[in-house]
Amino acid sequence: MRRLFYSRGDASCSLSSYRLTAEEKTRRFPLAETPLLFAFPPAGRMNFKNMREYLAWLYYQYLLITGIYVLEPWEKSIFNSVLFSAIAMVVYTSYVFVPIHVHLALEFFFENFGGQPESTMALMN
Amino acid sequence: MGSYNYLGFAENNADFLKTVADKVQRYGAGVCSTRQEIGNLNMHQELEQLVAHFLGVESSMIFGMGFATNSMNIPALVGKGCLIVSDELNHTSLILGARLSGATIRVFKHNNMHSLEKLLREAVCSGQPRTRRPWKKILIMVEGIYSMEGSVARLPEIIALKKKYKAYLYLDEAHSIGAVGPSGRGVTELFNVSPADVDVMMGTFTKSFGAAGGYIAGKKDLVDYLRSHSHSAVYASAMSPPITEQVTRAMKCIMGQDGSMEGIRRIRQLAENTRYFRAKLKDMGFIIYGDDDSPVVPVLLYMPGKVVAFAREMLERRIGVVVVGFPATPITEARARFCLSASHTREILDQVLHHMNEVGDLLCLKFSRRKRSSWPDPCKGTNSEVDS
Repeated sequence: MRRLFYSRGDASCSLSSYRLTAEEKTRRFPLAETPLLFAFPPAGRMNFKNMREYLAWLYYQYLLITGIYVLEPWEKSIFNSVLFSAIAMVVYTSYVFVPIHVHLALEFFFENFGGQPESTMALMN
Repeated sequence: MGSYNYLGFAENNADFLKTVADKVQRYGAGVCSTRQEIGNLNMHQELEQLVAHFLGVESSMIFGMGFATNSMNIPALVGKGCLIVSDELNHTSLILGARLSGATIRVFKHNNMHSLEKLLREAVCSGQPRTRRPWKKILIMVEGIYSMEGSVARLPEIIALKKKYKAYLYLDEAHSIGAVGPSGRGVTELFNVSPADVDVMMGTFTKSFGAAGGYIAGKKDLVDYLRSHSHSAVYASAMSPPITEQVTRAMKCIMGQDGSMEGIRRIRQLAENTRYFRAKLKDMGFIIYGDDDSPVVPVLLYMPGKVVAFAREMLERRIGVVVVGFPATPITEARARFCLSASHTREILDQVLHHMNEVGDLLCLKFSRRKRSSWPDPCKGTNSEVDS
């Protein structure tokens, strides 16, 4: 995962500022070494000491963006439980039905090599 | 960082307030009467002359309340059969005054001169709505600095339009008087425009002068007419003596008439603070509205949840800020509004900027996509999101 970060960081850095001085190149690495910094929420210059702090910050961002930061704790728990049960239902349904749907879709579009040998025999006869 | 104390005259210094305390002893706390009956004091007339001299106009009139200056005087100036062309983001007092007057109101897009010209052209061509008669008066209402945006009205262009279409201009300088311009005379000085071009100049003493009340200034005929026909002049009680003294003292200090360089020092300090603060915030990556000269700095927060979180975080770091949300601003454009003051020192501003940096990282408020010039940090999250 770290290697992934380095490569992604390199690519984006080369796009955004194409003239990096030697000082900037050395300055990049301490930031990259801070654990678990991926670009999804811009945790650019924050120093997280451990995973727990990072997750707490992510939860804080979720509260801010959905706007439930302003609600009472019991309202927060109601919203969280409704959202969690909705996501759990989505996950369960996808687990049960996605393979079946994918199989049917492949059969529909690529029936020439998805079909069973019996049907071609039936056509010849 | 949120008070309207632009020149620092709201300070609590016993030496400076000696004359004000003296006036309280002599005249009491309030006048309890209108200007037309027994409430007219010498110091009111002196202050009116002082305000007229400060602004460079023929004469002026002061009122006890800034909001009432707008809402009670516009009905005296325009009536039914007149047209009021007002900016989208005008203050409630202007809107209330316009509605009370009974005139037709048309709104143009904020600071957009094409929209204004189109409105004026259409108004002059088609006249009143049903009878098609020409309008009796067309009054353009703008503000010097808009308090929620920090933007400055485009005065030279508005004056050119006003002359072309023969309209009148009402300029509300509540936030800009004393705060912009090389010697604090407001937006007319900022744009080098003669004050005689603006028909009605209005302002308040609440912001830069540390007092209360408002004034209307302009030609002598206009002010004499308002003295007898305005509701506020006839029925509202006069400005109270200690407040009049505070305004007089502040204005004399700004004009340099009390013999010291204090006024000019404060104006320059405010201008420097404004430039420094705005430049630093932009460099950090916040999105800021407004003109580069205006001491009102709105930092956009956008999300309603972040409004509350920002105020709390800054308060924990012992900085008080003003955050503004839905009814005053559009619901998706919540902001934190900083008002700079001449009494802010460089250390105070540096401290605030440092904490803003921390809070901006914590809450992900650095939305700006400009290339940062002073901070060579190319792998910051927002940049890589945009470019990759």
